[in-house]
Amino acid sequence: MSIISRGFGGRRRDDGPPDRVPPGQYLTRDFPVLSAGPTPHTPLDQWDFTIVGEVDGLVRWTWEELRALPSETVTVDIHCVTKWSKLDTQWEGVSVDTLLADVETSAEYAVAFCDGGYTTNVPLEDLTDGKAWVAYGYDGEPLDPEHGGPARLLVPHLYFWKSAKWVRGLRLTQTDEPGFWESNGYHLYGDPWKEQRYWGD
Amino acid sequence: MATVAEIRPETPRVKTLALDVPGWAGHRGGQHVDVRLTAEDGYQAQRSYSIASAANAARVELTVEGLEDGEVSPYLTSVARAGDQFEIRGPIGGYFVWNADPGGPVLLVGGGSGVVPLMAMARQRAADGDAVPTRLLYSSRSWEDVIYRDELEGLSGDGFRVVHTLTREQPPGWTGYARRVDAEMLTQVAPSDLALAFVCGPTPFVEAVASTLVQLGHDPAKVRTERFGPTGG
Repeated sequence: MSIISRGFGGRRRDDGPPDRVPPGQYLTRDFPVLSAGPTPHTPLDQWDFTIVGEVDGLVRWTWEELRALPSETVTVDIHCVTKWSKLDTQWEGVSVDTLLADVETSAEYAVAFCDGGYTTNVPLEDLTDGKAWVAYGYDGEPLDPEHGGPARLLVPHLYFWKSAKWVRGLRLTQTDEPGFWESNGYHLYGDPWKEQRYWGD
Repeated sequence: MATVAEIRPETPRVKTLALDVPGWAGHRGGQHVDVRLTAEDGYQAQRSYSIASAANAARVELTVEGLEDGEVSPYLTSVARAGDQFEIRGPIGGYFVWNADPGGPVLLVGGGSGVVPLMAMARQRAADGDAVPTRLLYSSRSWEDVIYRDELEGLSGDGFRVVHTLTREQPPGWTGYARRVDAEMLTQVAPSDLALAFVCGPTPFVEAVASTLVQLGHDPAKVRTERFGPTGG
Protein backbone atom coordinates (compact mmCIF):
# COMPACT_ATOMS: atom_id res chain seq x y z
CA MET A 1 0.00 0.00 0.00
CA SER A 2 1.37 3.39 -0.91
CA ILE A 3 1.76 6.12 1.66
CA ILE A 4 -0.18 9.31 1.14
CA SER A 5 1.93 12.36 0.28
CA ARG A 6 0.49 15.10 2.52
CA GLY A 7 -0.98 17.95 0.54
CA PHE A 8 -0.62 16.29 -2.83
CA GLY A 9 -3.73 16.46 -4.96
CA GLY A 10 -2.28 16.14 -8.40
CA ARG A 11 -3.12 18.18 -11.43
CA ARG A 12 -4.54 15.25 -13.36
CA ARG A 13 -4.10 17.15 -16.53
CA ASP A 14 -5.04 15.16 -19.59
CA ASP A 15 -5.50 11.96 -17.70
CA GLY A 16 -6.60 10.29 -20.88
CA PRO A 17 -8.47 7.05 -21.44
CA PRO A 18 -7.16 4.47 -18.95
CA ASP A 19 -7.11 1.75 -21.58
CA ARG A 20 -4.58 3.78 -23.56
CA VAL A 21 -2.36 5.28 -20.87
CA PRO A 22 -0.24 2.63 -19.08
CA PRO A 23 0.32 2.77 -15.31
CA GLY A 24 2.69 5.50 -14.12
CA GLN A 25 2.46 7.47 -17.37
CA TYR A 26 1.09 10.95 -18.04
CA LEU A 27 0.00 12.44 -21.34
CA THR A 28 1.96 15.06 -23.20
CA ARG A 29 1.12 16.99 -26.32
CA ASP A 30 4.65 17.94 -27.33
CA PHE A 31 7.41 15.54 -28.22
CA PRO A 32 10.28 15.45 -25.73
CA VAL A 33 13.74 14.40 -26.89
CA LEU A 34 15.94 11.92 -25.03
CA SER A 35 19.26 10.64 -26.33
CA ALA A 36 22.47 9.49 -24.70
CA GLY A 37 24.77 11.39 -27.04
CA PRO A 38 25.03 13.91 -29.88
CA THR A 39 22.59 13.73 -32.78
CA PRO A 40 24.34 12.04 -35.74
CA HIS A 41 23.99 13.44 -39.25
CA THR A 42 24.74 10.72 -41.81
CA PRO A 43 24.39 11.93 -45.42
CA LEU A 44 21.66 10.00 -47.21
CA ASP A 45 24.03 8.88 -49.99
CA GLN A 46 26.08 7.13 -47.30
CA TRP A 47 23.07 5.72 -45.49
CA ASP A 48 21.97 2.12 -45.74
CA PHE A 49 19.88 -0.36 -43.79
CA THR A 50 21.24 -3.85 -43.36
CA ILE A 51 20.10 -7.11 -41.83
CA VAL A 52 23.05 -9.10 -40.53
CA GLY A 53 23.77 -11.91 -38.09
CA GLU A 54 21.81 -15.16 -38.32
CA VAL A 55 21.01 -14.72 -41.99
CA ASP A 56 22.57 -15.94 -45.23
CA GLY A 57 24.67 -13.20 -46.73
CA LEU A 58 23.98 -9.54 -46.29
CA VAL A 59 20.59 -8.00 -46.82
CA ARG A 60 20.95 -4.32 -47.65
CA TRP A 61 18.91 -1.36 -48.83
CA THR A 62 20.23 2.06 -49.77
CA TRP A 63 18.13 5.08 -48.77
CA GLU A 64 16.59 5.20 -52.25
CA GLU A 65 15.85 1.49 -52.17
CA LEU A 66 14.25 1.68 -48.75
CA ARG A 67 12.09 4.59 -49.84
CA ALA A 68 11.00 2.59 -52.89
CA LEU A 69 9.60 -0.23 -50.73
CA PRO A 70 5.87 -0.24 -50.01
CA SER A 71 5.26 2.11 -47.08
CA GLU A 72 2.54 2.26 -44.47
CA THR A 73 1.09 5.16 -42.52
CA VAL A 74 0.22 4.18 -38.98
CA THR A 75 -1.31 6.02 -36.04
CA VAL A 76 -0.07 4.69 -32.71
CA ASP A 77 0.32 5.62 -29.05
CA ILE A 78 3.88 5.87 -27.73
CA HIS A 79 5.13 5.51 -24.16
CA CYS A 80 8.50 6.74 -22.89
CA VAL A 81 10.08 5.18 -19.79
CA THR A 82 10.59 8.73 -18.46
CA LYS A 83 6.80 8.69 -17.87
CA TRP A 84 5.32 10.59 -20.79
CA SER A 85 2.90 9.05 -23.24
CA LYS A 86 1.68 10.56 -26.47
CA LEU A 87 -1.49 9.41 -28.18
CA ASP A 88 -2.30 9.19 -31.87
CA THR A 89 1.15 9.85 -33.27
CA GLN A 90 1.27 9.40 -37.03
CA TRP A 91 4.24 7.76 -38.72
CA GLU A 92 5.18 6.69 -42.21
CA GLY A 93 7.64 3.90 -42.89
CA VAL A 94 8.30 0.37 -44.01
CA SER A 95 6.93 -2.53 -42.02
CA VAL A 96 9.64 -4.79 -40.61
CA ASP A 97 7.56 -7.63 -42.12
CA THR A 98 8.37 -6.21 -45.55
CA LEU A 99 12.09 -6.09 -44.73
CA LEU A 100 12.10 -9.65 -43.42
CA ALA A 101 9.85 -11.10 -46.14
CA ASP A 102 12.67 -12.81 -48.02
CA VAL A 103 14.93 -13.41 -45.04
CA GLU A 104 15.28 -16.95 -43.76
CA THR A 105 16.56 -17.12 -40.22
CA SER A 106 16.54 -19.35 -37.19
CA ALA A 107 17.05 -16.30 -34.97
CA GLU A 108 14.55 -15.48 -32.24
CA TYR A 109 15.91 -12.07 -31.28
CA ALA A 110 17.19 -8.93 -32.94
CA VAL A 111 19.52 -6.15 -31.90
CA ALA A 112 18.81 -2.86 -33.65
CA PHE A 113 22.02 -0.92 -34.32
CA CYS A 114 22.28 2.77 -35.04
CA ASP A 115 24.46 5.70 -36.00
CA GLY A 116 26.11 6.91 -32.82
CA GLY A 117 26.56 3.37 -31.51
CA TYR A 118 23.17 2.94 -29.83
CA THR A 119 21.73 -0.58 -29.69
CA THR A 120 18.53 -2.11 -28.35
CA ASN A 121 17.35 -5.71 -28.22
CA VAL A 122 13.87 -6.88 -29.18
CA PRO A 123 12.47 -10.41 -29.61
CA LEU A 124 11.86 -11.03 -33.30
CA GLU A 125 8.21 -11.82 -32.66
CA ASP A 126 7.80 -8.26 -31.34
CA LEU A 127 9.05 -6.86 -34.64
CA THR A 128 6.83 -8.95 -36.93
CA ASP A 129 3.12 -9.36 -37.68
CA GLY A 130 2.49 -5.66 -38.10
CA LYS A 131 4.07 -4.61 -34.80
CA ALA A 132 7.12 -2.64 -35.96
CA TRP A 133 8.31 -0.30 -38.69
CA VAL A 134 11.39 1.51 -39.93
CA ALA A 135 9.86 4.98 -39.89
CA TYR A 136 11.08 7.97 -41.87
CA GLY A 137 8.06 10.22 -41.69
CA TYR A 138 6.36 11.84 -38.71
CA ASP A 139 3.12 13.80 -38.85
CA GLY A 140 3.35 14.15 -42.61
CA GLU A 141 6.93 15.47 -42.61
CA PRO A 142 10.35 13.86 -42.91
CA LEU A 143 11.45 12.62 -39.49
CA ASP A 144 13.45 15.31 -37.70
CA PRO A 145 17.07 14.36 -36.78
CA GLU A 146 16.39 15.12 -33.10
CA HIS A 147 13.67 12.50 -33.18
CA GLY A 148 15.76 9.92 -35.01
CA GLY A 149 15.75 10.97 -38.65
CA PRO A 150 16.43 9.99 -41.31
CA ALA A 151 14.89 6.79 -39.94
CA ARG A 152 14.13 5.18 -36.62
CA LEU A 153 12.73 1.90 -35.53
CA LEU A 154 9.11 2.16 -34.37
CA VAL A 155 7.96 -0.49 -31.89
CA PRO A 156 5.08 1.31 -30.20
CA HIS A 157 3.90 -1.53 -27.93
CA LEU A 158 7.20 -1.39 -25.98
CA TYR A 159 8.74 1.55 -24.08
CA PHE A 160 10.01 4.04 -26.60
CA TRP A 161 13.74 3.44 -26.00
CA LYS A 162 13.16 0.26 -28.04
CA SER A 163 12.18 2.47 -30.99
CA ALA A 164 15.84 3.12 -31.77
CA LYS A 165 16.68 6.49 -33.32
CA TRP A 166 19.03 6.73 -36.32
CA VAL A 167 18.59 3.01 -36.93
CA ARG A 168 20.89 1.45 -39.53
CA GLY A 169 19.98 -2.19 -39.30
CA LEU A 170 19.04 -5.31 -37.42
CA ARG A 171 21.42 -7.99 -36.21
CA LEU A 172 19.53 -11.25 -35.84
CA THR A 173 20.59 -13.37 -32.88
CA GLN A 174 19.81 -16.71 -31.24
CA THR A 175 19.91 -15.28 -27.72
CA ASP A 176 18.54 -12.10 -26.19
CA GLU A 177 21.58 -9.79 -26.01
CA PRO A 178 21.06 -6.66 -23.86
CA GLY A 179 21.43 -3.42 -25.80
CA PHE A 180 22.60 -0.02 -24.55
CA TRP A 181 19.98 0.93 -21.96
CA GLU A 182 19.29 -2.72 -21.21
CA SER A 183 22.94 -2.92 -20.04
CA ASN A 184 22.55 0.30 -18.05
CA GLY A 185 19.76 -0.52 -15.64
CA TYR A 186 16.74 -0.69 -17.91
CA HIS A 187 14.46 -3.68 -18.43
CA LEU A 188 15.38 -6.32 -20.99
CA TYR A 189 11.88 -6.38 -22.56
CA GLY A 190 10.13 -3.11 -21.58
CA ASP A 191 6.37 -3.70 -21.63
CA PRO A 192 4.74 -0.41 -20.53
CA TRP A 193 1.53 -2.16 -19.46
CA LYS A 194 3.54 -4.23 -16.97
CA GLU A 195 5.67 -1.20 -16.02
CA GLN A 196 8.85 -3.04 -16.96
CA ARG A 197 11.04 0.03 -16.58
CA TYR A 198 14.14 -1.15 -14.78
CA TRP A 199 16.09 -4.24 -13.85
CA GLY A 200 13.99 -6.28 -11.43
CA ASP A 201 10.60 -5.03 -12.67
CA MET B 1 10.43 5.54 1.29
CA ALA B 2 11.91 8.99 1.74
CA THR B 3 11.31 11.46 4.56
CA VAL B 4 12.00 15.12 3.94
CA ALA B 5 14.63 16.17 6.51
CA GLU B 6 15.28 19.68 5.31
CA ILE B 7 14.44 22.02 2.44
CA ARG B 8 16.90 24.72 1.36
CA PRO B 9 16.26 27.44 -1.20
CA GLU B 10 18.99 27.57 -3.85
CA THR B 11 17.65 30.31 -6.13
CA PRO B 12 14.25 32.01 -6.39
CA ARG B 13 12.90 29.07 -8.39
CA VAL B 14 15.01 26.16 -7.20
CA LYS B 15 15.06 24.26 -3.93
CA THR B 16 17.08 21.38 -2.54
CA LEU B 17 15.25 18.65 -0.62
CA ALA B 18 17.46 16.65 1.73
CA LEU B 19 15.89 13.23 2.24
CA ASP B 20 16.36 10.54 4.83
CA VAL B 21 16.15 7.23 3.00
CA PRO B 22 16.61 4.24 5.31
CA GLY B 23 18.63 1.49 3.67
CA TRP B 24 19.95 3.68 0.86
CA ALA B 25 22.85 1.69 -0.58
CA GLY B 26 24.64 4.63 -2.19
CA HIS B 27 24.78 5.87 -5.77
CA ARG B 28 27.10 7.33 -8.38
CA GLY B 29 27.27 10.97 -9.42
CA GLY B 30 24.89 11.53 -12.34
CA GLN B 31 22.27 8.92 -11.45
CA HIS B 32 18.62 9.75 -10.84
CA VAL B 33 15.67 8.58 -8.79
CA ASP B 34 11.98 8.22 -9.52
CA VAL B 35 9.76 10.15 -7.13
CA ARG B 36 6.20 8.87 -6.71
CA LEU B 37 3.53 10.94 -5.02
CA THR B 38 0.20 9.52 -3.92
CA ALA B 39 -2.95 11.57 -3.31
CA GLU B 40 -5.51 10.64 -0.67
CA ASP B 41 -7.77 9.02 -3.25
CA GLY B 42 -4.93 6.85 -4.53
CA TYR B 43 -4.08 8.96 -7.58
CA GLN B 44 -0.34 8.81 -8.27
CA ALA B 45 2.16 10.80 -10.27
CA GLN B 46 5.81 9.99 -10.79
CA ARG B 47 8.77 11.80 -12.30
CA SER B 48 12.53 11.38 -12.45
CA TYR B 49 14.96 13.72 -10.68
CA SER B 50 18.72 13.79 -10.74
CA ILE B 51 20.47 13.18 -7.44
CA ALA B 52 22.48 16.23 -6.38
CA SER B 53 24.40 14.85 -3.41
CA ALA B 54 27.67 12.94 -3.44
CA ALA B 55 27.46 9.19 -2.97
CA ASN B 56 28.86 9.34 0.56
CA ALA B 57 26.61 12.14 1.78
CA ALA B 58 24.48 11.43 4.82
CA ARG B 59 21.27 12.26 2.99
CA VAL B 60 20.00 11.88 -0.54
CA GLU B 61 19.53 15.37 -1.93
CA LEU B 62 17.38 16.36 -4.88
CA THR B 63 17.60 19.84 -6.35
CA VAL B 64 14.32 20.68 -8.05
CA GLU B 65 13.20 23.60 -10.20
CA GLY B 66 9.52 24.35 -9.73
CA LEU B 67 7.88 24.30 -13.15
CA GLU B 68 4.69 26.32 -13.49
CA ASP B 69 3.03 23.70 -15.59
CA GLY B 70 4.46 20.78 -13.63
CA GLU B 71 2.66 18.28 -11.46
CA VAL B 72 5.36 16.88 -9.18
CA SER B 73 7.93 19.69 -9.11
CA PRO B 74 5.55 22.37 -7.72
CA TYR B 75 4.65 19.98 -4.92
CA LEU B 76 8.32 19.39 -4.09
CA THR B 77 9.25 23.09 -4.18
CA SER B 78 6.10 24.70 -2.75
CA VAL B 79 4.08 22.19 -0.70
CA ALA B 80 6.48 19.66 0.78
CA ARG B 81 7.98 20.41 4.20
CA ALA B 82 10.18 18.63 6.70
CA GLY B 83 8.63 15.40 7.90
CA ASP B 84 6.64 14.72 4.73
CA GLN B 85 7.05 11.36 3.11
CA PHE B 86 6.92 10.02 -0.40
CA GLU B 87 8.23 7.05 -2.32
CA ILE B 88 11.51 7.12 -4.17
CA ARG B 89 13.09 4.46 -6.31
CA GLY B 90 16.68 4.24 -7.40
CA PRO B 91 19.43 4.96 -8.01
CA ILE B 92 18.81 4.56 -11.75
CA GLY B 93 21.11 4.90 -14.75
CA GLY B 94 24.53 3.56 -15.59
CA TYR B 95 25.75 5.75 -18.45
CA PHE B 96 25.53 9.41 -17.49
CA VAL B 97 27.66 8.75 -14.40
CA TRP B 98 30.95 10.02 -13.06
CA ASN B 99 34.04 8.10 -14.12
CA ALA B 100 37.06 8.73 -11.90
CA ASP B 101 39.51 7.35 -14.46
CA PRO B 102 38.43 8.42 -17.94
CA GLY B 103 42.03 8.67 -19.22
CA GLY B 104 42.13 12.45 -19.51
CA PRO B 105 40.35 15.66 -18.62
CA VAL B 106 36.59 15.87 -18.22
CA LEU B 107 34.25 18.65 -19.34
CA LEU B 108 30.90 19.20 -17.68
CA VAL B 109 28.45 21.50 -19.46
CA GLY B 110 25.25 22.43 -17.67
CA GLY B 111 22.34 24.63 -18.65
CA GLY B 112 20.11 25.89 -15.83
CA SER B 113 19.04 23.09 -13.49
CA GLY B 114 20.90 20.73 -15.83
CA VAL B 115 23.80 21.43 -13.50
CA VAL B 116 22.30 19.12 -10.85
CA PRO B 117 23.73 15.74 -11.97
CA LEU B 118 27.01 17.52 -12.82
CA MET B 119 27.13 18.87 -9.27
CA ALA B 120 26.74 15.33 -7.96
CA MET B 121 29.78 14.44 -10.08
CA ALA B 122 31.77 17.43 -8.83
CA ARG B 123 30.87 16.60 -5.24
CA GLN B 124 31.81 12.97 -5.72
CA ARG B 125 35.11 14.00 -7.32
CA ALA B 126 35.93 16.22 -4.34
CA ALA B 127 34.79 13.69 -1.74
CA ASP B 128 36.84 10.90 -3.30
CA GLY B 129 39.87 13.11 -3.90
CA ASP B 130 39.88 12.23 -7.61
CA ALA B 131 42.72 13.87 -9.53
CA VAL B 132 40.99 13.97 -12.93
CA PRO B 133 41.18 17.55 -14.29
CA THR B 134 37.59 18.76 -14.60
CA ARG B 135 36.01 21.91 -15.97
CA LEU B 136 32.41 22.91 -15.52
CA LEU B 137 30.94 25.31 -18.06
CA TYR B 138 27.69 26.48 -16.52
CA SER B 139 25.11 28.56 -18.36
CA SER B 140 22.57 30.48 -16.28
CA ARG B 141 20.20 33.29 -17.09
CA SER B 142 21.48 35.58 -14.37
CA TRP B 143 23.78 35.53 -11.33
CA GLU B 144 20.71 35.05 -9.11
CA ASP B 145 19.82 31.93 -11.07
CA VAL B 146 23.18 30.24 -10.48
CA ILE B 147 22.53 27.15 -8.36
CA TYR B 148 25.25 26.12 -5.83
CA ARG B 149 27.07 29.40 -6.44
CA ASP B 150 29.12 29.53 -3.24
CA GLU B 151 29.81 25.82 -3.07
CA LEU B 152 31.10 25.82 -6.64
CA GLU B 153 33.54 28.58 -5.72
CA GLY B 154 34.68 26.46 -2.79
CA LEU B 155 35.22 23.39 -4.97
CA SER B 156 37.38 25.36 -7.40
CA GLY B 157 41.09 24.62 -7.40
CA ASP B 158 42.65 21.18 -7.15
CA GLY B 159 42.09 20.54 -10.84
CA PHE B 160 38.47 21.70 -10.78
CA ARG B 161 37.50 24.91 -12.52
CA VAL B 162 34.12 26.59 -12.99
CA VAL B 163 33.37 28.90 -15.91
CA HIS B 164 30.06 30.75 -15.81
CA THR B 165 28.16 32.29 -18.65
CA LEU B 166 25.18 34.52 -17.89
CA THR B 167 22.89 34.70 -20.88
CA ARG B 168 20.26 37.30 -19.99
CA GLU B 169 21.43 39.55 -17.25
CA GLN B 170 24.87 40.22 -15.78
CA PRO B 171 25.81 41.93 -12.52
CA PRO B 172 27.67 45.27 -12.75
CA GLY B 173 31.32 44.74 -13.57
CA TRP B 174 30.79 41.21 -14.91
CA THR B 175 33.80 40.21 -16.98
CA GLY B 176 32.80 36.61 -17.73
CA TYR B 177 30.88 35.20 -20.65
CA ALA B 178 27.53 36.83 -21.32
CA ARG B 179 26.05 34.77 -24.13
CA ARG B 180 24.80 31.31 -24.97
CA VAL B 181 27.40 28.54 -25.17
CA ASP B 182 28.94 28.63 -28.64
CA ALA B 183 31.87 27.18 -30.58
CA GLU B 184 34.30 29.90 -29.52
CA MET B 185 33.43 29.42 -25.86
CA LEU B 186 33.75 25.64 -26.10
CA THR B 187 37.09 26.01 -27.88
CA GLN B 188 38.34 28.15 -25.03
CA VAL B 189 36.94 26.05 -22.19
CA ALA B 190 37.08 22.45 -23.45
CA PRO B 191 40.46 20.76 -23.03
CA SER B 192 41.82 19.70 -26.44
CA ASP B 193 42.60 16.24 -25.07
CA LEU B 194 39.08 15.84 -23.72
CA ALA B 195 38.42 12.29 -22.51
CA LEU B 196 34.76 12.63 -21.63
CA ALA B 197 32.09 15.32 -21.75
CA PHE B 198 28.81 15.32 -19.83
CA VAL B 199 26.17 17.72 -21.13
CA CYS B 200 22.87 18.28 -19.33
CA GLY B 201 20.12 20.83 -19.76
CA PRO B 202 17.03 21.59 -21.82
CA THR B 203 16.89 19.86 -25.19
CA PRO B 204 17.88 22.85 -27.41
CA PHE B 205 20.85 23.56 -25.11
CA VAL B 206 22.04 19.95 -25.21
CA GLU B 207 21.54 19.67 -28.97
CA ALA B 208 23.59 22.83 -29.56
CA VAL B 209 26.42 21.99 -27.16
CA ALA B 210 26.75 18.33 -28.18
CA SER B 211 26.75 19.02 -31.91
CA THR B 212 29.22 21.90 -31.48
CA LEU B 213 31.60 19.63 -29.55
CA VAL B 214 31.40 17.13 -32.42
CA GLN B 215 31.98 19.89 -35.00
CA LEU B 216 35.06 20.95 -33.05
CA GLY B 217 36.47 17.49 -33.61
CA HIS B 218 35.64 15.72 -30.38
CA ASP B 219 34.67 12.05 -30.73
CA PRO B 220 30.85 11.72 -30.49
CA ALA B 221 31.35 8.60 -28.37
CA LYS B 222 32.96 10.79 -25.70
CA VAL B 223 29.99 13.14 -25.44
CA ARG B 224 27.31 11.93 -23.05
CA THR B 225 24.03 13.79 -22.84
CA GLU B 226 21.04 14.04 -20.57
CA ARG B 227 18.08 16.20 -21.49
CA PHE B 228 14.90 17.40 -19.98
CA GLY B 229 12.06 18.61 -22.11
CA PRO B 230 9.29 21.11 -21.41
CA THR B 231 7.11 18.31 -20.07
CA GLY B 232 9.48 17.48 -17.24
CA GLY B 233 8.23 18.29 -13.83
